[in-house]
Formats: sequence, C-alpha cells, structure tokens
Amino acid sequence: MSRFAPLLPEIILAVGGLVLMMLAAFTGRRGTTLVSWFAVALLIAATVALIGPPSHAGPLFDGMVSADLFASFGKAVIFPSAAVAIIAARGWFDQDTEHPSEYSVLIVFAAVGMAVMVSSTSLVSLYVGLELNSLAGYVLASYQRRDERSAEAGLKYFVLGALASGILLYGISLLYGFTGTTSFTGVAAAFGREAPSLGLLFGLVFVLAGLAFKASAVPFHMWTPDVYEGAPTPVTTFFASAPKVASVLLAVRLCIEGMGPATDAWRQIVIFAALASIFLGAVAAYGQTNIKRLLAYSSINNVGFALIGLAAGDRQGASSVLFYMTVYVVMTVGAFLCVLWMRGEDGEPVESIASLSGLAQRQPGFAAALAIFMFSLAGVPPLFGFWPKLLVFNAAVHAGYVALAVAGILGAVIGAYYYLKIVKVMYMDEPAAPYARVREPLQGLLVLLAALFVSPLGYLLIGPLGSLTDRAAGSLF
Amino acid sequence: MIGLPLLSLLVLVPLIGGVLCLFVSARAARWVALVATLACLEISIDLWLLFDPEGPQWQFVEKMPLGGQVDWALGIDGIALLLIVLTAFLMAISIGASWRSIEKRVPEYMAYFLLMEALIMGAFAAQDLFLFYIFFEGGLIPMYLIIGIWGGAERIKASYKFFLYTFFGSVLMLIAMLYMVGTAGTTSIPALMAYDFSSSAQTWLFLAFFASFAVKLPMWPVHTWLPDAHVQAPTAGSVILAGVLLKLGGYGFIRFSLPMFPEGSAEFIPFMFVLSGIAVVYTSLVALVQRDMKKLIAYSSVAHMAFVTFGLFAMNRQGIEGAMMVMLGHGLVSGALFLCVGVIYDRLHTREIARYGGLADNMPGYALLFMVFTMASIGLPGTSNFVGEFLSLVGTYHASSWAAIAGTTGIILGAAYMLWLYWRICFGTQRNADAAAMPDLSLREWWLLAPIALAVMWMGIYPESFLRPMRNDVGRLIIRLERVAPAGDSRLTLGKGASHLGDHDHSGAGH
Repeated sequence: MSRFAPLLPEIILAVGGLVLMMLAAFTGRRGTTLVSWFAVALLIAATVALIGPPSHAGPLFDGMVSADLFASFGKAVIFPSAAVAIIAARGWFDQDTEHPSEYSVLIVFAAVGMAVMVSSTSLVSLYVGLELNSLAGYVLASYQRRDERSAEAGLKYFVLGALASGILLYGISLLYGFTGTTSFTGVAAAFGREAPSLGLLFGLVFVLAGLAFKASAVPFHMWTPDVYEGAPTPVTTFFASAPKVASVLLAVRLCIEGMGPATDAWRQIVIFAALASIFLGAVAAYGQTNIKRLLAYSSINNVGFALIGLAAGDRQGASSVLFYMTVYVVMTVGAFLCVLWMRGEDGEPVESIASLSGLAQRQPGFAAALAIFMFSLAGVPPLFGFWPKLLVFNAAVHAGYVALAVAGILGAVIGAYYYLKIVKVMYMDEPAAPYARVREPLQGLLVLLAALFVSPLGYLLIGPLGSLTDRAAGSLF
Repeated sequence: MIGLPLLSLLVLVPLIGGVLCLFVSARAARWVALVATLACLEISIDLWLLFDPEGPQWQFVEKMPLGGQVDWALGIDGIALLLIVLTAFLMAISIGASWRSIEKRVPEYMAYFLLMEALIMGAFAAQDLFLFYIFFEGGLIPMYLIIGIWGGAERIKASYKFFLYTFFGSVLMLIAMLYMVGTAGTTSIPALMAYDFSSSAQTWLFLAFFASFAVKLPMWPVHTWLPDAHVQAPTAGSVILAGVLLKLGGYGFIRFSLPMFPEGSAEFIPFMFVLSGIAVVYTSLVALVQRDMKKLIAYSSVAHMAFVTFGLFAMNRQGIEGAMMVMLGHGLVSGALFLCVGVIYDRLHTREIARYGGLADNMPGYALLFMVFTMASIGLPGTSNFVGEFLSLVGTYHASSWAAIAGTTGIILGAAYMLWLYWRICFGTQRNADAAAMPDLSLREWWLLAPIALAVMWMGIYPESFLRPMRNDVGRLIIRLERVAPAGDSRLTLGKGASHLGDHDHSGAGH
C-alpha cells in the first residue's frame, strides 16, 4: 500500500473521475452543479494530498515516474488552475442540453494526464500522460459541437495534435532505438557517454518539436489562435493555463534530467523557439480584433519568456521557469475570467476588443482588474508580472547569455504595445454598449484574488515563492 | 518625529490616499488628494529640517528584506532630499491646479496623481537597485493614463509615444542592472556606488543606463516624445512631467552613471558635451518658431536640461552643484510656466500665442507673476535659474571652453524666445476682444503661483539653503570622480615669458 502513497493525488483524481463519470451519466442535466462541485472538491483534495510522500518519495515503479518537489510544485499550480477552469464554466453551458456535466469530468481526467506529465521520468509515461491530457483537450475544444467554431477548433486541434504526437512518438522511438532505454536517466547516460550520434540528435529534435507543439511555442504554434478563439471561453481559460504549465515543466524535466549532457544541443533549439515565440507573439498580436485571439498570441509570447529561463540550463534557470509559469497562470486565468464577463445585452458572449470601449466608465472595477492583468502581462513594474520576467532574464545573464536577454527584453517592449492598446480602449475611448451584468460572486472573488496577487502586494511573496521554486528546481539536479 | 519611518510614510501616504480616492465622490476625492499631498509636503519639510548636512551620507535609512533579490531599502542623501522636497511641493500645487480644470472622472484622476507621487518618492528614496527600477518604471502607468484620458486632441498618440519611448529606454537599463548584480553580488545602491567595475564593462553599462536616462531627461535626439506629451497632457500633468519626472533622468545620472561607472562616464564626456551643445542650440531655435505656448516651453525644457548634462559631465564641484540647482530651479520655473499657460488656457481654451496680446492691461497680476517666471527662465540674477546656470557653465568652462561657449549661446537664445513670448502675450495691443475680457488671477491661482515665485526668489537670493544639504554629497561624488575628471583647456598655464622676467628681475637686483 505504501508503494502507492506517493501517487495519492493521481489516485484521488483518477478514481474520483470515474465515479464522477457515472454520476454524470446517471444524473444528467440535474447533476451539473453537483458534479462540478464534486470535481472542484477532488482537485482541492488532490492539491492537499501533495503534502507528504508525493513530494519527496523519489523515483517510483522502476523510474517510470518521480514523486519529487518539482512534480509537486507543478501539480500545486495545475490542480487549482484546473479547478478555476471548472468554476469559470458555471452558467456557461446551461443552454447545452446534451451533456452539461461531462465538462468537469473531462477536466479532471486532463488533470490526471498533466500530473503524470510533470512527474514522468520515462519516455513512455511522458507519452501516456501527454495523450491523456490531449484526448480530454480535443473533446473539450469541440465541446459545443453544434457551434461551428467550436467544432472547427476541436478538429483543428485534433488533427494538428495527432501530427505532433506522431512527431513526438517518432522522436521517442529514435531515442529508444539509439539508447536502448526509455528512462530519462538512461537516455542522459547515453548522451553523456560520447558525442551524440546523428540518430540521437534527430530523436532529440523530434521530441522537442512535439513538446513545442503542446506548449504552443513557435514554430509549432499555428493551432493556438484558432483553437483559443473557437473553443468555448472556459475551455480556453483552461488551455491557456494548466496544460501550458504541464508541457513547459515537462520540457524542463526532459531537457535537464533526460538530456542534460546534451545541453549544448538542445539549447540552440530552445533559444530559437524562445525568441521566435516572443517576437511572433508580440508582432502578430498587433492586428487582432478578437480578445481571445489576442490572448492566444499573448500566451505564445509568454511561453517564449519562460523558455529563456530554460535556455539558461541551470538550477537558477529552472527555478525562474517555475516562478514564471506560476505568475503567468494567475495573470492569464484572471484575464480570461474577465473575458468571460464580456456578455452582450442578451447574455451572449462578446469577444471583440472594440466592445471594451470605455469600460472604465461603465464598470470601473472590471476595467481596473483587466488593466492590472494587461500591465502585468506586459511586464511593467510595479505589477508582479515584472518580477518573473526579471528572474528569467537574470538567469540568462547569469548563465552568460546577455544577448539572449537583450533580445528577449526588446521583444517585451514590442509586446507591450498591444497590452497598452487594451488599456487604451478601456480607459481612453468613449463608452460602447454596456455588458449584461454577470452574477457570479465566486468568479468575482477569484478575479479579485488574482488581481491582488499580481498587484504590488505580490512582491511580499517573492521570498517564500522564490525559495520554493528554488528547492523544486533543485530536485532536478 | 524620530522613530517614524518617514520615507516609508512618504510612499504610503499618497498610495493609500490614491486608493481611497477611487471609492469616493469627485468632491471628496479632491480633498483627499489635497490632504494627502499636503501631508507629504509636511513630511518632506520635516525631512529637510531633520536632515543633518554634516551627518552620514545616508540618513533616515530603513531596511526590510522582502526575500528574494530585492529589499525594501530606503534612505536619502542631500541630493535625493532636495528632489523629494521639490516633488512634494509641486504635487500639492498640481492638485490645486486641477481643482477646477478637471471635471470628468475626477476620482480616477486624483488617484493616478497620488499613485504617481508615491512611485516618484519611492524612486528618489530607493536604496535597492531593483526597488529603484520598480518605482522608476511604475511611474509610466499613471502618466500614460493621465495623458491618454485627460489630454488634448492628439492624446492617444502622445501617450503611446511617451510610454513606449521611456519603456524602451529603461529595459536596456534593466539588463545592465542584472549584470551589475550578478558581478557585484549586491543590489544595494550605496554598495554599488563604491564598487569598481572593469572599465570595459563600464562602457556598456554606461550606455545601457544612458539609454534610459537620456530618454527620461530628455537629451537630443531622443527628446521627441516630450513636446507631444507636454502639449497633450493636462496642465497639472505637464507640471509634474517637466517639474519632476524629467528630474528622474538627471537624478539617475548623479546616482548611477557617474559614481558607478566613472571610467565609462569619462569616456563619454565629449559625446555628452556634443549632444548637450546640439540640444541647447537646436531646441532653443526650435522654441523660437513655435506658435503653441506649451510646445515652446517644452522645447525650452530640453534646452535647460542640457545645462544639467553639461554640469554633471564637467565632473567638478561647480558643475555638479550647478546641475542640481538647474534641476531644482527648472522644476519650479517650468512648472510655474506651464501653470501660467494653464491659467489663460482655462479662460480661452487655446494655446495659440497669436490669440493673446496685451494681457498686462486686463490681467496685471498675471502679467507680474508671468514676468517673474519668464525672467527666472532666462536666468536673471536673483532667480533660481541664474544660480544653477551660472554654476553649471562655470564648471563646464573648467572642463571644456568650447562646451561652455555652446552652452552660453543657449542663454542668449533663451532670452530671445522667452522675452518674445512674453511680449507677444502680455504686451502690445489687445487684438482679440475675448482675450481682452479675461479676468485676472483668482485667489486659488494666486495661491498656486505665489509660493513658486517666492521659492524661485529664495533660491536665487539665498541658494545656500539648497546647496548646504548636498555639499558633502557632491564632495563625495567628486572624490569618486577625481581620477577621471577632465583636465580642461581653460586652466592657467605658465607662459614662456616667465624665465625672461626672472632674468630681468635678477639683473635688476644686480644694479
């Protein structure tokens, strides 16, 4: 029994998810609220269960997964943000008569997949976790299947995702073929023995390409704007937060634990992906008129910054990535919760940036929250979004990559323009038609908490959060 | 009073006031803002009185670790002290200046102003490199909103230009800061001021900081955001922009560039002198042809700021003290001039110079005060700017006579555009009936302008009150710069004739 104790969070979610599926099937429409609260409770229970053995039991099941602080830190970010995605959907799928309650169940299964992703130390468990998450994601993207855009988003995500999985799997098979093992440590040992052979390098490139797809890093980002725009907004909230953390953390663990000796080989790829993501995310967002599309480019842009920390390749860099993703998730979830409140007179969702005009005069609190998230995403001090950017640049400078940091920071200035544009529309334009009021006090509370977190008050957290990310990163080295 | 964390209060009082403003009515917000700024003024005067010019370099030091790489470390020397007093003084006046002229979205306006005051105070008092950066950059957000919401017709473009220009300048500084912290292993500004970076690194570090401060100051050719921002900003916004925010650039040079990278700074002296010389002559000529009053004063700000860079990079006592005095004097005078523009803009809603004329007839009080500030801007003896510009040019002359010649041209041109402006507005015949019908200064406007006029004269007549707190700090800076200070071409040299003269004396003694 004690062998399974370190897996308690995953077990809670997997078993609970199965129970929920039954519950959803038998209660139907009536059970929606019950199922969603149950799912939130499961995710909270799984987060609490991280305390203890799941955080420091070490390698499990012959090195398939590792229960260490790095994994726990990732899960501690992933589970709550998945729970927020469930809360975000309250009242959204009410008109949906077909399957209102499976949404929460799918999110719980995706959370199990992500938990496996961040703790996997083997190419096989990596793939299983990734696919579990992705399959749930494909269904979620096309959740409103009668809505053309949602169906299109699901299909696009599935086709491109399957392609990426294929690339990843091909890379995994190459790595396995040339090293004879699937465990990260075994692969690392093979990389360390001699100069990597061409086959190994090919495997490395393909695996990274597959992961870049999941993290929507350039040049594998093409699906992101379309899927983010087409998917129902609560689903987009989810896509932009938890899976992003899981795939970036997975990339960190694979690069450092699995391919540490080949750092020079993967660093070039990561640097390219980082800079390309930052600049493309910044430039392509200029002409956008749809806020979800704009936030999609923003998420591409932000992954680029996180990858700068990975490119540093040392403990400080890994720690800065963890810090970055934590703050990123809070900012993004906050921004998407605000987008959820953009409803027309009849309660239909509105997504055009123009509809935000003069929001500061119509709903000052709402506008202030969104402005805080925008300035924070742009990395303007004194908001908290500045600090993780400083940490990743610091890691890059510390590792001797000053030019990388300079290039990244110039990208941050270019990117600042479109965040400013949102603030300008809200604060400086004449008021447009008012939004319908959304009465969701819980979502309001979450937005408030997120806004307080990224406000200058967040700086009080840099001590505890910094030492936590540092220890979590330390478990990789 | 001892024991209270005065510097933290200086940051927190406006911050709390600002948040409070958001939740009250327009009328109450005005009073909250006024009370908060007056409280800050009170605190800063206390600081001035309690500051011991002969005491240690850093006084009122507070330190609280936040964990991570940044400390809540505050502390001031005489240089920061004077700039804090200037900020508090101008802030209270700006709130008064916005009392009636701002009518829409008043609570927000007051909140942004107070927020900005908190951030500026923090930037002047910060003793931690990253803390400084956070405050320094943070000031962009409220100013962006103030220009963009309450500005003139072209406000959106101006606000973007302001934000992106200054943001771009500052992020390069951030990279340099990361490098410095990595190399020196500390984020404490006093420690870094004594740290010697390798001279090759200093070149790059200087350039990175220069990118930020030159944009902020602003120096030619990166000054182009300033006229737009000034013209579009509401009156009080211009006052703060010219009076305080520009000073952050000069403060940056004094606090960071000079003491932290002496070799780097010395290397760029000719470069700085050339840029400053061009700025003085070019922007003064541009100011001459402006039809818009605010734009004229905006360009004159760029010209005046060039005296700051002249003085600072002369690297001698007169130069640096002069630069500080120019900053303080210019803060008061340009602020007052923008207020003077605001007074007549509020009445006629145009800034076009040609629409006015002969105001001395119907607005004698206004003409009197405007005259005081015009003279101060020219640098008439007895006003603040005379002290500053004179000292700064004396210092520059010691470093390079050519630079001093270029600088002095600026004074002549300054007299030309300011006197011509005054003549066109206050003298001559009254061409427009509506301008001729404008009432003289109200009591509120007297209360705004008269204190500045008194301060300007005080600085001009008894500058010692302002020079004394910073004397030792300038002294410390000069010691730091001693090894790199330029020799100059103006020193007296021993002529060839001396030996001949000696022979003559000798032969004379033989008689």
